[in-house]
Amino acid sequence: MSGAEFVPLSLVPMLIGICVAVACALPGNFLVLRKQALIGDAISHVILPGIVVAFLLTGAVTTWPMLFGAAGAAVVAVVVIEAVVRLGRIEPGAAMGVIFTAMFAAGVLLLEQSDTSSVHLDVEHALYGNLESLIWLDAVGWSSLFDRQALAGLPVELPRMAATLLFVAAFIALFWRPLKISTFDEGFARTVGIRTGPLGFALVIVAAIAAVAAFDAVGSIIVIAMFICPPAAARMMTNRLEHQLLWSAVFAVVSAVAGYTLAAFGPLWLGLSASVSAAGMIATLSGIILALAAMFGPHRRRGAG
Amino acid sequence: MSISLAAEHGKPLVDDRAQSPLAIRGMTVSYGQKPAVFSVDMTVRAGAMTAIIGPNGAGKSTLLKAALGILTPLAGTATVLGKPVATQRHRIAYVPQRASVDWDFPTRVIDVVLMGLYPQLGLLGRIRATHRAKAAECLARVGMEDFAQRQIGQLSGGQQQRVFLARALAQDAELYLLDEPFAGVDAATEKAIISVLKSLRDAGKTVVAVHHDLSTVAEYFDDVFIINTRRIAEGPVAEAFTPRILQEAYGGRLATAQMDAIGASAG
Repeated sequence: MSGAEFVPLSLVPMLIGICVAVACALPGNFLVLRKQALIGDAISHVILPGIVVAFLLTGAVTTWPMLFGAAGAAVVAVVVIEAVVRLGRIEPGAAMGVIFTAMFAAGVLLLEQSDTSSVHLDVEHALYGNLESLIWLDAVGWSSLFDRQALAGLPVELPRMAATLLFVAAFIALFWRPLKISTFDEGFARTVGIRTGPLGFALVIVAAIAAVAAFDAVGSIIVIAMFICPPAAARMMTNRLEHQLLWSAVFAVVSAVAGYTLAAFGPLWLGLSASVSAAGMIATLSGIILALAAMFGPHRRRGAG
Repeated sequence: MSISLAAEHGKPLVDDRAQSPLAIRGMTVSYGQKPAVFSVDMTVRAGAMTAIIGPNGAGKSTLLKAALGILTPLAGTATVLGKPVATQRHRIAYVPQRASVDWDFPTRVIDVVLMGLYPQLGLLGRIRATHRAKAAECLARVGMEDFAQRQIGQLSGGQQQRVFLARALAQDAELYLLDEPFAGVDAATEKAIISVLKSLRDAGKTVVAVHHDLSTVAEYFDDVFIINTRRIAEGPVAEAFTPRILQEAYGGRLATAQMDAIGASAG
């Protein structure tokens, strides 16, 4: 495929896919090791009512109100889940399951009851996003990467996702040691002065920011898959946390690039005319990578105890 | 200056917290309706090895965790040389129960020991050759120098416990608090651990360990603290570790034969 076709149509969705995948996979490593993998799932579900409420209040699908609505819903969910755990004495997994399905369902009902037909906001969008539509119309080829005028026409999602990825990576780099120590041994972490409560909360907030930023572009399916699949697959490739994060980033990038390519062109290669959902294909690929790692990864069998 | 406080059991109570490496006052912790630890006072003697003993569920680990701020107590304070524990963390090394962590965690033995240097390194301080040498030396003290590069999940229970002890040694503390350091370890490890702890004591450090095996209390420890939700007794082994006091703490759970053995071992 020539640059004249690839750059305007495929480059931006692919880059956004990469940013989303890595931004979710990096904090996902800690969530999976803390047995909180479901939190990523929960977050990507609970933000739907927040986004719908933000739309109902502003009457438009604009970035910042939707981000605030989603963030607000995520915070409400975290508080309600904590309350259900403490007051109901229910284990956290069950509490999360109850709250996130309930909030997602409320979001769907709100969406159906409100008049969103005029805008691109519906249940399908919430699940799959619209990665394929994030095209760069101002680009004419690779040279456009150096053309200021063309760059000004880049879909806003790309710089937003790139900034989110940078933020997530910076958080993990800065708090690497306390995150690692408190994930391994929370009691010890407290005795060396690490404030494990606020740190754990910050990790969830960072994951929520990644999920919310990704939601609009790619929907909740990719977000859920990327929080869990690349980290879980990476765990089976290495016995060191440092290397696990690198592996998870590699798996995330491979899923995004190969998934987008297969979705866009796979059906053509098979002689079919239509393409399939990029979000669905990226998530599926990450699942296949996890299955392969579980079968062939060098560290899939670990010592008992 | 010692301040005379209210009399307890007719004895004048002296505020000796300023001299104690760990003094607990009025500690009360509850997990639900029933308190796990109720209004416990404890004054650890500096330079001694103290065993915390009591029946299962008596609140031994809970008392340590509350004193360290790992758990939030309903009431009570813990001080190190008279100052709040939170401001004296650099003086304390804590060894949690081995079973409290997931040993499948992707990390190597040497990395766990380096965690003990976190207070020195901070968020972004570089790990230098001196830090690595320190960690290697601590591993050598517990006989684990050949395992530095191993993944921690590949270790036996005894080896894991030694790694935890090496991490505590790396902290260069004055007060060592250990939660059941001998639980589920082999005899060789038990010997290695007790010799390290005794060498710490002989170097003027203070050691406090939650302990389960009553038959080794007199052999291993100088002082004993007996708890069953409330404080039962506290003092040198010869005075506090008596069949009568143990009967009070353990109730019918100690067989007469065990009591005789303890009586004999305590001399």
